[in-house]
Amino acid sequence: MNLFGHTITMPELFGQLLIGLINGSFYALLSLGLAVIFGMLDIVNFAHGAFYMMGAFAAYFLLQYTGLNYWWALILSPLIIGAVGAIVERLFLKRLAGFDPLYGLLLTFGLALIIQGLFQNYFGASGMPYAIPKQLTGAYNLGFMFLPVYRGWVILASAAVCFATWLIIERTKLGAYLRAATENPTMVRAFGINVPRMVTLTYGFGVALAAFAGVLAAPITQVRPGMGADIIAVVFAVVVIGGMGSILGSILTGFVLGVVEGLTKVFYPEASNTVVFVIMAIVLLIRPTGLFGRAA
Amino acid sequence: MDIEASITPSDTMSQDRRVGAIAFVVMVALIAIAPFFAYPFFIMQAMCFALFACAFNLLIGYANLLSLGHAMFLGLAAYVCAHAAKVWGLEPVSAIALGVAASAALGFVTGALAIRSAGIYFAMITVAFSQMVFFVCVEAPFTHGEDGIQGVPQGKALGFIDLSNPWILYIFVSVVFLFGFLVVQRAVNSPFGEILKAIRENEPRAISLGYRTLQYKLAAFVLSAVIAGLAGATKALVSQNASLTDVSFSTSGEVVLMTLVGGMGTFYGPVIGALIVVSMQNYLAQFGEWVTVIQGMVFVACVLAFRRGIVGELAALAKISL
Repeated sequence: MNLFGHTITMPELFGQLLIGLINGSFYALLSLGLAVIFGMLDIVNFAHGAFYMMGAFAAYFLLQYTGLNYWWALILSPLIIGAVGAIVERLFLKRLAGFDPLYGLLLTFGLALIIQGLFQNYFGASGMPYAIPKQLTGAYNLGFMFLPVYRGWVILASAAVCFATWLIIERTKLGAYLRAATENPTMVRAFGINVPRMVTLTYGFGVALAAFAGVLAAPITQVRPGMGADIIAVVFAVVVIGGMGSILGSILTGFVLGVVEGLTKVFYPEASNTVVFVIMAIVLLIRPTGLFGRAA
Repeated sequence: MDIEASITPSDTMSQDRRVGAIAFVVMVALIAIAPFFAYPFFIMQAMCFALFACAFNLLIGYANLLSLGHAMFLGLAAYVCAHAAKVWGLEPVSAIALGVAASAALGFVTGALAIRSAGIYFAMITVAFSQMVFFVCVEAPFTHGEDGIQGVPQGKALGFIDLSNPWILYIFVSVVFLFGFLVVQRAVNSPFGEILKAIRENEPRAISLGYRTLQYKLAAFVLSAVIAGLAGATKALVSQNASLTDVSFSTSGEVVLMTLVGGMGTFYGPVIGALIVVSMQNYLAQFGEWVTVIQGMVFVACVLAFRRGIVGELAALAKISL
């Protein structure tokens, strides 16, 4: 195939498609967490990228200092970082209830600066390698391309967690409470449900999703203090494109935009960093509330 | 009661005007004597950032629009001005004008797309656009990527004002700063500013009164981009370079911090805030990344306990408007 003056081989095309799907997995998990938190707390969690980074670092520490391997990290890191998130909610965000949501954004922005600054102080800007677990090394030969096992795993794991989250929120009783509390917290409280605790746990859960993405990313991108700041602007664009109203919308948009970004790397590499933002501009022009969003 | 009600507002207005005049004279006097006590380059840098913060404050303070991507205007204007002065050999005032024009155009395009969303959506959209501008600046050949544009000539403004003389440059930057400051003040105190405040307080009511609120918000956004561009272009001449830092996300965050610390919705808050943040960067430079941590802590403290900022708190104590 020949496009824009350079020849594109099939392995290159599928290779970039795969990288796109991987990035899409991270976008989907992160924008899903943002959407869950936004639905319940009405704030945009600017510290989301920082928690993603902390998730990767937690996996690294668990391996270095306690010898707990990747599989433990996959469970423990989201729990630990999620608990940190819950504490942050109780200590700081709770105090901003009733103020303009912009203050929540500014507060989490400050938190992101603190977290990132601290990690940069202790670990510098360079990355630390995190080995792929030995069960997931190697590659499958799919006939038209080689699929590294770990990359296939990331896509599957992320899709499964996204689907489970959607299931919990849309199809279980707990999810029904959550959605009800989003619509009318006072009424739900009157029914005897502890809404403040639910808010704290929701924030913790959204943060845990980010940490989970961080653990998945650790063997692929290296563990770096700047890894969260690099991804957060794209995730914001993904959220704007998908619209904040829909859980399924944010998952789909995440995966699709990752793939679009991957394809752009093949066909017009110069634009691969900006393509998501250009799509955002076009979507805003046509549908200001996003593809899946409800009118404000 | 009626008589009192009709007298009091005009009384406070004339008091406000008196306080405003005194504050302005004090600021001019401080700018005039500052270079005898501090490094002039530092003051000029602070004035550029103060103007940048005033531009940002016009949006957050009077239209309740939080732009988290304002560095795109500062940075783009700096690049265009630096390029015009160095490669095209334009004299400084025309180079600044070109930078401001580029910033205004960018403000119009991004503003037209972003302004239809409000609140946090608006903030997220501005983050995304500024990141896009950042990547374009990384890739575009004229910005020279990581190196930036170095050694920008200061030249002779309008052909006869020699800006390479540090004293003349200081006066030039002071005049630019005071001009921009007065433009923002005038805009806020004009009927246009009153409509902005009405939209901030209750947009549906402003719409029902017949105002096209989107157009007013867009006008405020473009005006803010113009002032931010003026700050950026002037900064490029002062520091004789334009670099990726100017368009970076951290710069967008810093201008929020300046305005928040000084006091959102006050005229002098952004100026004081800029002075504090720029000093922090200068004097704490040897602590490296700790500056980021300290900035983050100031952010958190301001949001939790100190939402009116320094000038806002002082003005509330003295029951005046600054």
